Amino acid sequence: MNLHQIVILPVVLPLFCAAMMLLFWKAAAAHRIINLIGSMLSLLVSGMLLAGVRAHGILTLAIGGWPAPFGVVMVADLFSALMVVITAVVAFATALYSMGSMDPGREKYLYYPLLQFLLMGINGAFLTGDIFNLYVWFEVMLIASFVLLALGGERGQIEGAIKYVTLNLLSSAIFLAAAGMLYGIAGTLNMADLARMIPALGQKQLLTVVAVLFMIAFGVKAAVFPLFFWLPASYHTPPAAVSAVFAGLLTKVGVYALIRFFTTIFVHDTGFTHTLLLASALLTMLTGVLGAAAQNDFRKILSFHIISQIGYMILGLALFTPLAIAGAIFYILHHIIVKTNLFFVSGVVARMKGSYKLKEIGGVYAAHPLLGLLFLIPALSLAGIPPLSGFWAKFLVIKAGLDLGDYLAVGVALVVGLLTLFSMSKIWNEVFWKEDPRGEGGHAGPEYRPDNPAQKRLVLAPVVLLAAITVIIGLYAGPFFELARQAAAQLLDSSGYIHAVLGVR
Amino acid sequence: MKLLLALIVGLLYGAGTYLILRRSLVKVIFGLIFLGHAANLLIFTIGRLTKGAPAFVPPGAVSLSEPYADPLPQALILTAIVIGFGVQAFAIVLFKRAYQSVGTDDLDKMRSTDTV
Repeated sequence: MNLHQIVILPVVLPLFCAAMMLLFWKAAAAHRIINLIGSMLSLLVSGMLLAGVRAHGILTLAIGGWPAPFGVVMVADLFSALMVVITAVVAFATALYSMGSMDPGREKYLYYPLLQFLLMGINGAFLTGDIFNLYVWFEVMLIASFVLLALGGERGQIEGAIKYVTLNLLSSAIFLAAAGMLYGIAGTLNMADLARMIPALGQKQLLTVVAVLFMIAFGVKAAVFPLFFWLPASYHTPPAAVSAVFAGLLTKVGVYALIRFFTTIFVHDTGFTHTLLLASALLTMLTGVLGAAAQNDFRKILSFHIISQIGYMILGLALFTPLAIAGAIFYILHHIIVKTNLFFVSGVVARMKGSYKLKEIGGVYAAHPLLGLLFLIPALSLAGIPPLSGFWAKFLVIKAGLDLGDYLAVGVALVVGLLTLFSMSKIWNEVFWKEDPRGEGGHAGPEYRPDNPAQKRLVLAPVVLLAAITVIIGLYAGPFFELARQAAAQLLDSSGYIHAVLGVR
Repeated sequence: MKLLLALIVGLLYGAGTYLILRRSLVKVIFGLIFLGHAANLLIFTIGRLTKGAPAFVPPGAVSLSEPYADPLPQALILTAIVIGFGVQAFAIVLFKRAYQSVGTDDLDKMRSTDTV
């Protein structure tokens, strides 16, 4: 097989798995097995892709043999390949967690095929080199996420889904309009072709308008200030496995698109666009962390922390130095693992104690000290305590800010880190440390599931796996940083990207 | 023609924005549909309106000769219409379900997921 054909595999594999599952219609046992095998194969395929990109540079595949910029082209540079690998890790963890926790009703009504379609959309968005194709992948991802969010039809889910669906459709309409306007100006939608043409185009003001439209469209998906309201309204409503995969991956697709567009394509007026991003990043960090401080629900606190952490990534992009972009990429990798894991832990606690509300639960540490440790690893990593992965992620972004002398950004980043620690210790105190208000072994609410050793192993295995990855990234940060640095260097040097896709400099 | 389409696009964006800010679920749906149509017509207009010049390469020539109607925006719109149709159909079913399970179509009464 041609090396370049690996690029399409992370998209085709989930499609194939989903199609296989649909052949079995509602036989959930078959779905589980195919989902598990599929997610393992995804790990393999994404690993091959990353190895291929590291060995041979940027890989491209012109779909249907139509050469770029006339046809749709799939492109895997180091950043895309890293995102695909991390998606596969989350998909594998979620496959295990879902097998241990998903209720039979949802499994029967095509939960696993939807999960695979979601992964197909996410991988497609990471790998495409064409803006309209990116729009299509966003829609594939969105429609799968709509159904996953609403599947089960509980009242909270439906209410959350309305806000999620409405704001995401609005963002898609803006994205579509921006893509159309860009085609009107530049006459192409191929990202490499745009990167080549935009410096030579006139109409800088109009381009900036289009850039800001894209910023708003992706800003909604990435949940940056002031466009994040759909996230805390919806992410705590579906089952824990679904919120975990959403929390880990979906907003990061928006961040990926922002980084891709504002390093490769729209760098004609960084004074305006990146200052706007900087202001938005700082406000995102602050509103997210302050919003979390007000919440009293395990998953709502975590949801608001997604927003504040997105701020750090956008801050890395906005500072726009090689170190800052590398920091942002490192931050994304660290954050996806940690945030997915925290949602898994919240689900495990809810299974034991029957609720996500801090007031109704407690005493988890006394009963299950190991689970306490498994919570502390991602929680402290999120807050940026050394030697865990979050420390290096924050360190890189803050170091980039110090190098530029942007002390306001550095100050905000440090304060937000402190407030994150406050929120995590609040969860620790309420959920793990204080006595259970219902007494030893007590439980409240509909989330309770009786103890079942087989299920317990399946829900704890991914928590342990992701916690181990967090510790490894923390202790051996060097190789991961080196990957992020190379990915950032590729992003900032668009001539390599243009050459790989179009064959010209 | 261009002016007329530009006015219609503006009107659709205005009406769509107004409607999604309403409290009634049905009006929100219409707002989303209007915004989708507005984006499609915007692409159509921006893709330059050229009448009576289909994008066929004349016999004997190797490439198109100006002026010709650019087929790409229309291909984009077709894709966007199909996607929009599917997504809007889903949204309508979801909103109907919300009306059934909450018992009202007033968005101000659907706040249970936002309260602290």
